[in-house]
Amino acid sequence: MLDIQNLHATVNDKPILNGINLQVNAGEVHAIMGPNGSGKSTTAYVLAGRDGYDVNQGHISFEGKNLLDMEPEIRTRAGLFLGFQYPVEIPGVSNMYMLKAALNAIRMHRGEGELDAIDFLQLVKQKARELNIDEKFLYRDVNVGFSGGEKKRNEILQMAMLEPKLVVLDEIDSGLDIDALKVVADGINALRSPERAFVIVTHYKRLLDYIQPDFVHVLSEGRIVKSGNISLADELEEQGYGWIETAPTGTDG
Amino acid sequence: MNTEVLADQVVSDDTPIANKEIHDVIGAEYAPGFVTDVESDALPPGLNEDVVRAISAKKDEPEWMTEWRLKAFRIWQKMESPDWAKVSFPPIDFQNISYYSAPKTMKDKPKSLDEVDPKLLETYKKLGIPLHEQERLAGVAVDAVFDSVSVATTFKGKLADAGVIFCPISEAIRDHPDLVKQYLGSVVSLSDNFFSALNSAVFSDGSFVFIPKGVRCPMELSTYFRINASNTGQFERTLIIAEDSSHVSYLEGCTAPMRDENQLHAAVVELVALDDAEIKYSTVQNWYPGDENGKGGIYNFVTKRGECRGNNSKISWTQVETGSAITWKYPSCVLTGDNSIGEFYSVAVTNNFQQADTGSKMIHIGKNTSSTIISKGISAGKSQSSYRGLVKMMKHAENARNFTQCDSLLIGDKCGAHTFPYIEVRQPSSTVEHEASTSKIGEDQLFYLQQRGISAEDAVSLIVNGFCKEVFKELPMEFAVEAQALLGISLEGSVG
Repeated sequence: MLDIQNLHATVNDKPILNGINLQVNAGEVHAIMGPNGSGKSTTAYVLAGRDGYDVNQGHISFEGKNLLDMEPEIRTRAGLFLGFQYPVEIPGVSNMYMLKAALNAIRMHRGEGELDAIDFLQLVKQKARELNIDEKFLYRDVNVGFSGGEKKRNEILQMAMLEPKLVVLDEIDSGLDIDALKVVADGINALRSPERAFVIVTHYKRLLDYIQPDFVHVLSEGRIVKSGNISLADELEEQGYGWIETAPTGTDG
Repeated sequence: MNTEVLADQVVSDDTPIANKEIHDVIGAEYAPGFVTDVESDALPPGLNEDVVRAISAKKDEPEWMTEWRLKAFRIWQKMESPDWAKVSFPPIDFQNISYYSAPKTMKDKPKSLDEVDPKLLETYKKLGIPLHEQERLAGVAVDAVFDSVSVATTFKGKLADAGVIFCPISEAIRDHPDLVKQYLGSVVSLSDNFFSALNSAVFSDGSFVFIPKGVRCPMELSTYFRINASNTGQFERTLIIAEDSSHVSYLEGCTAPMRDENQLHAAVVELVALDDAEIKYSTVQNWYPGDENGKGGIYNFVTKRGECRGNNSKISWTQVETGSAITWKYPSCVLTGDNSIGEFYSVAVTNNFQQADTGSKMIHIGKNTSSTIISKGISAGKSQSSYRGLVKMMKHAENARNFTQCDSLLIGDKCGAHTFPYIEVRQPSSTVEHEASTSKIGEDQLFYLQQRGISAEDAVSLIVNGFCKEVFKELPMEFAVEAQALLGISLEGSVG
């Protein structure tokens, strides 16, 4: 589904990614771990096509198409979803309104036609119920005045609504207490399916305990330096990132 | 609290990665920019007492009106153009403007729509304002003003049945002289300011509304102003009177063709609300803003003021300002009656080289009066937008309250937003609150919405509409839809 070949990327002309290779198949869950500044978030932003994250070498294909040729919104419509580490506030725009605009843009792209207001309302209420999210959430402005935990749950709700093929989660677990973490993990597990793949970027193992990824990769200085299964995450938890040969540098999260 | 003057200024700054796409500002298409080819009966450029008399004569005005105009003209001659607003433009040559222009076909005063020049009807149709009643949305009566004359007023009969008078002001001067004499100039006096004095001398048409005691106007009233002729100023005059316990909602729209030279529009609007009456006045102003290089566009110098003359009366101004090269406009409320309420809701959008200095004045005179000002300024391109507001609590305004909120949204890094609130308090029991904020459409907001599958253009319009929500919800339904669409067009191309 996703094939990253020798990916190099810079931010403000500073090299952050220095040759990432990663293959993700449908149904798989990959975790990318690594110290601060190793390029985890950069990887997520490059996949989503954020302005200012410049790819200067390498190739990314998504379902056989060149992902780097697509505008950010086209990537989303093609099935890529990014869960943000810091979800953004949009004052005056309700969650409901934003979700409807988003879902309909994606549906139009798929040739499914727009959902009308009533069908949409039914769908969004059902998804909120499934994820144990209060309906009031839907009528609040996007992330405005949300607590850290609420923002992350909102990301999970959006993910559930947009039904992506590939989900990239950028430190979705940061700043969550144990209850919120469980809600987020349950939401992710509920969406696991043989057709869907996940790339979960995280600093800590605790989310992975709930999710049990198929693969764990360790990122350091913009390269994947080690890959394994969940036991690699256990090793990191016990020994920290220090035992990996390269020391952490830079400030990128 | 003593007199206090606050002024702050915020100019947007560069953000490192973000905005390379955002500040690529291109002028949007101005759809109403076409010219209607009609023969005009116009006065040659220039202004003196003879011109004032000539305008009055063209309107078949009674002697008292001619004298009123001449008095205004003499006052105006002694005044100077104000220079305190944060706008800059070369001095206007008032001798180089024609003060009257009317389509020749209007000379014989058509008695019904069937007699009106089809070219004129076509113009309004193209602007989305069909004048044939059967084509109109039921529920909105329209007075269409083309250059210096009113072309047609719809639903007059239906309104007359309810006792409502809705007609061109030129007609009111002839048919309802006592009402006009009593109220004209009673809110905005002849000597109020330079542009209102000029308007009083040379105004040619506009709308007159009278809602008698206890009547709730059965439909929305609206006037659609169109400047067509070149080198002509438009000076309309609107007077709305709501007698005791009456209610009216009035809408105003404006457009002009795209022309290279600047054109002057100096209007005066007076509202009078008597005991328990309510007037809601909404404007969607879309005068030609000039091209992307700042050439051409309308100079919009407008005096709008309402007086809550009666107790428990209410006047509410809602405006969406997207057009004009320069906007100089401060719709105000004089809260004379006890317990009266004044409101001002504004969205002002500037793009390219547009300049807007707009805001409101709330003058609290009566007891327990309250006022609300919600101002939303959106600047893109190289434009400058200022909020200027005055809240005045007079000596007898016991327990008066004001709440002011002005928010600015910047798109790109070459525009500016400024806030100039003036507060004067002479009654210690009054309360004045002022809140202000400035934000920028962030690259992070745009990217977030794009990541949800929404295109950049739609994302900007979503963010801007969210920002304006508090104001849009005050607009009548059909206008709110138009305003949202207009906002989208005005900001088209302001993001990559």
